[in-house]
Amino acid sequence: MSTVESNPVESDFLASLLAPAAQTAEGHDLWLKARRASALERASALSVPTTRDEDWRFTDLSMLYRLKLKAADAGGQVDSAILTTLMFPEATTRLVFVDGHFDRSASSIAQEEKVRVGNLEQALRDSAWRSTLGEVESRLATVARVEHDVFAAANTAFLREAAIVHVAAGAQLGDTPIQVINVATGHATGSNPRVLVVAGQGSGCTVIEDYVAVGGSAYFTNSVCEIAIGPDAEVHHIKLQREADTAFHIANTTVLMQDNSRYRNWSVGVGGRISRHNLHVVQDGTGIDCDMHGLAMISGRQLADTHSSVDHALPYGASRQVHKTIAGGSAHAVFNGKILVREGAQQTNSSQQSRNLLLSQRAKVDTKPQLEIFADDVKCAHGATVGQIAADEVFYLKSRGLSETAARNLLTYAFAKEVVEHIPVASVIAVLENHILEQTRTKEA
Amino acid sequence: MIKDNASEVLKVQGLTATVDNREILCGIDLSVRAGEVHAIMGPNGSGKSTFAKVLVGHPAYEVTGGMVRFDDADLLELSPEDRARRGVFLGFQYPVEVPGVTNGGFLRLAYNTVQSARGKEELDPLEFDDFIREKMELLEMDPGFLERSLNAGFSGGEKKRNEILQMALLEPRLSILDETDSGLDIDALRIVANGVNQLHTSEDAIVLVTHYQRLLNYIEPDYVHVMENGRIIKTGDKGLALQLEDRGYDWVAQEYRERAA
Ligand SMILES: Nc1ncnc2c1ncn2[C@@H]1O[C@H](COP(=O)(O)OP(=O)(O)OP(=O)(O)O)[C@@H](O)[C@H]1O
Ligand SMILES: [Mg+2]
Repeated sequence: MSTVESNPVESDFLASLLAPAAQTAEGHDLWLKARRASALERASALSVPTTRDEDWRFTDLSMLYRLKLKAADAGGQVDSAILTTLMFPEATTRLVFVDGHFDRSASSIAQEEKVRVGNLEQALRDSAWRSTLGEVESRLATVARVEHDVFAAANTAFLREAAIVHVAAGAQLGDTPIQVINVATGHATGSNPRVLVVAGQGSGCTVIEDYVAVGGSAYFTNSVCEIAIGPDAEVHHIKLQREADTAFHIANTTVLMQDNSRYRNWSVGVGGRISRHNLHVVQDGTGIDCDMHGLAMISGRQLADTHSSVDHALPYGASRQVHKTIAGGSAHAVFNGKILVREGAQQTNSSQQSRNLLLSQRAKVDTKPQLEIFADDVKCAHGATVGQIAADEVFYLKSRGLSETAARNLLTYAFAKEVVEHIPVASVIAVLENHILEQTRTKEA
Repeated sequence: MIKDNASEVLKVQGLTATVDNREILCGIDLSVRAGEVHAIMGPNGSGKSTFAKVLVGHPAYEVTGGMVRFDDADLLELSPEDRARRGVFLGFQYPVEVPGVTNGGFLRLAYNTVQSARGKEELDPLEFDDFIREKMELLEMDPGFLERSLNAGFSGGEKKRNEILQMALLEPRLSILDETDSGLDIDALRIVANGVNQLHTSEDAIVLVTHYQRLLNYIEPDYVHVMENGRIIKTGDKGLALQLEDRGYDWVAQEYRERAA
């Protein structure tokens, strides 16, 4: 991001984005206060990106910059029956944030000795958390790239309420996921959701980071998710972006991995007028393994941009990535996948596939692998394809009675399935399957 | 079987069709009544598959003339899916592979779509599972094929068997089986032919496209037609197939040319 003078619309936007930060409740925690202050300073010094920035070439945020931001002291009202429909039954532990504010009554937290789940603001005052706060302090706002990213910095300037998941060394949560739901009601037009996951040595957990809308107007979600995975630990991370089609969604995910740890990511985005997901995985140890499954399914005038990077810093690392996009209408999908293999990262094994399906003539996709390899004994494979639904397949299905729409839906789902089918939470698969089939039904053309 | 008072399922008159402005079907006449089995034979490239695909509304072909009636409907006016729902079925010579679509899921969707269009009962996944397994037994198919992607990586013979499985599910009024026998081993041919015979009643009709007499030993045709250059140039009974096996096609073509002259 450049630091040259930006135009008034952009600088006004940044100013209004940061303005409420000054009013963020003080609290007693000096370290947190200091982190907010330095983030605010950093954000103020940076400028918001434009299409002149190489990393934002295809993603024009000028519509976002014209949005009048309105923060809210509390979240809007959400019908509890509607909330229930958004919950995944497998996730008995859930944190609910409405318009960026923690909703205690909608949340369900089972406190266990080895697993701490809660809202940062309360955790800081809760004696049960005392032994884990040291690690929270060392990870919060240090894993994310606050220094270089204006949006991550802006989010951090508000850091007060945040979903914290702390899994103690050796604790295995098995197949029971933890769901963090961020609900947008349209009550506020800007929110800064925040998630921190700390997985102790040899632990295992599954976290669903979920963005949903119950209100329809234009709003801005600026989220940051930090995941610190200790040695030999394994984290499954499912990010669902089901914002309103009018929303702007900018998400920064940073994963910091230690020796022999494992990270499995599923990122599915179906909403947002403009959405951007920066997914950075840093392999800061040896023998680390990660896989990432991305899916963006958009139509109408939506734009979905994923920029990922995997940083292989030390030997014996592996990464596998499949990113799929499905674009209908005049939607635009963007993927930039960087693989960095540093000099010391010998024996790295990495693969990246970008697969894109265009459902209409006007839809488009820009996909770019970005391999930066400085070690000589590595395996790095990558490939990209752009295709359409095969007419002979559609006809074959129609010849068995399926309508044109049903046939295309089925083939679209077949394309997406590779990403969706191994998500370790069955009800998430069911929701996505429905969504994908519905999406093509209602938004064909 | 031929019955005098059987209703006419399919009537084709003067059907012509082109692909890329080249005429492939040059005036086909055919009448098929309920209960009957017809065989269409003829040299490679004579238009047999094109005829079959035109009947199910394949978009690659443009119908340029003639008419096709299916029961009381103008078949050419119907969309491919409506033809299927009303009971026209084509077992393809080259079934399409559809990676990612689970065979079992697809079969249930097709079955339920057709059932609901016919005002009949749909089946939930459990009920369907029992139902499909029964049909698979008839064709001696391994239930493992339900879990696989539709036709993807199926051997030639497995694809053909899967086509007949679909026929068994969809209970067509008119089944057109395009070279179902090619690709089937000797045992499979017998099994599939038995299956077809069991499915066939006096209420439906079957059109077999084949190159070989062998299939016709199992599924006995009431009529045998010879197609050449996009026309049916001779029609006979099952004896004609034996003659063709013996003498090839040249004499039929010659006879046709002499008659035409
Ligand atoms: N989609 C198409 N595009 C171009 N040519 C076609 C197409 N379909 C059929 N043809 C041509 O039409 C002619 C008839 O083909 P068709 O497949 O109907 O023959 P067939 O009688 O089924 O032959 P076979 O016994 O080899 O299966 C051939 O010359 C073929 O090349
Ligand atoms: Mg053929």
